[in-house]
Amino acid sequence: MLSKRLIACLDVRDGKLAKSVKFVDTKDIGDPVEKARAYYLDGLDELVFYDITASSDKRNIMLDVVEAVAEQVFIPLSVGGGVRSVADATDLRLAGAEKINVNSAAVRRPALIAECAEAVGNQNIVLSMDIRRVTPTSELPSGYEVVIEGGRRPMGMDALAWALEGERLGAGELVINSIDADGTRDGYELDLTALLAEAVRVPVIASGGAGKPEHLYDALTTGKADAALVASMVHYGDYTVSELKRYLDGRGVKMRMSW
Amino acid sequence: MSYSRVSKLSLVVIIDYDAGNLRSVQRACNEVGIAAEISADADRVREAERVIFPGVGAAGAAMRSLQKNGLDEALHEVLADGKPVLGICLGLQISFDRSEENDQETLGLLPGCVKRFEFQRRDLKIPHMGWNEVRVIRPHPMLAGIEPGDEFYFVHAFYPSPALADNVFAVTDYESEFASAVGKDNYFATQFHPEKSGRVGLRLLEQFACWDGTC
Repeated sequence: MLSKRLIACLDVRDGKLAKSVKFVDTKDIGDPVEKARAYYLDGLDELVFYDITASSDKRNIMLDVVEAVAEQVFIPLSVGGGVRSVADATDLRLAGAEKINVNSAAVRRPALIAECAEAVGNQNIVLSMDIRRVTPTSELPSGYEVVIEGGRRPMGMDALAWALEGERLGAGELVINSIDADGTRDGYELDLTALLAEAVRVPVIASGGAGKPEHLYDALTTGKADAALVASMVHYGDYTVSELKRYLDGRGVKMRMSW
Repeated sequence: MSYSRVSKLSLVVIIDYDAGNLRSVQRACNEVGIAAEISADADRVREAERVIFPGVGAAGAAMRSLQKNGLDEALHEVLADGKPVLGICLGLQISFDRSEENDQETLGLLPGCVKRFEFQRRDLKIPHMGWNEVRVIRPHPMLAGIEPGDEFYFVHAFYPSPALADNVFAVTDYESEFASAVGKDNYFATQFHPEKSGRVGLRLLEQFACWDGTC
């Protein structure tokens, strides 16, 4: 039986680890390579690196970080943030990323998903979606809207329609990141995660809002997610990766328990 | 079943046929002390003492790429010489006679075919992506040390359907059981990715450096 996955997300800015609260006021909290290695040894199932470097000329730093991590961490690595072209995707793959996350650039130009899927394989293209709750309208019938630029710009696109379109264009997996829940530690947006997870055939990762172990349990059961993504919970040392996995296993969620 | 320690310094070649990211396999080999070389040169493959045949992507394109560089023939020769060969993921899939993917005739190293996952249940996601248990059903030196509950990382939408039960060494459950490790004589292949499967995966790669090609 396939296990549910625990994924840790490391936001990296200028080669350093950062953590945002509601996508603003990021602060540095350490060396990403060191953290990645520690989580790997503690049983993490997958790692995501998100490059939040503001200036595009600093991209090479990110490639170095990915390369350094890939030499020490032997679980799937997923990388995103500022992927705008097939060349960006293939550079990251060569540096050692297994999966490539596309986000804002794909919203602006959806063909990017198909192009990247063609270049690196569907299963390696992850559509990362930043989503906020809205009052349902005829344009936004699901009551969830796609936003970009780290949550600052609403796009007038329905999140459910975008998830289905992303899958059709070849995305092999979806990250469902709730802007409303992000950084709050009050729990994932379960209605949103379940809505999208039931609509698509590809795996879905719940993101944004994890603060307590029961939030992960909820995302993987009620929220129908295949994987739960955590950040602050483990970065600040409140919980360890193995502790979270033992908790989930104890509550009957199928997890990988030997590593 | 014999198991002799062979020098890790012998030439190990990872076959490069434009099918996915081979450097992750190379990095994992490096971690366990195997200095593996990535090569698309059929002669270099023939010179190798051990060959790793990885791959991610589609069966049709992979076969064309292999044939273009004469790598299919080199692989057949290496196997005929009795040298150990390790197939991974797409490498395993194109070892069979035929794949439903692109309705492609493949290498025919093992009898059987490769089929697409098809489920009625919508909660079973395709691809089969993530960690799953690999249950050894027939001892093999390459699978030594795997304990019940040990999981490996999988990413695939097609699965092998071997014609001969004797070629199946481990199985994995996804709705129903499929063959996750297969082999014959000096050929051994996994549907999962040892290079992305943490400690248990690294150990499997390390065992490849020591495997004498018998089972």
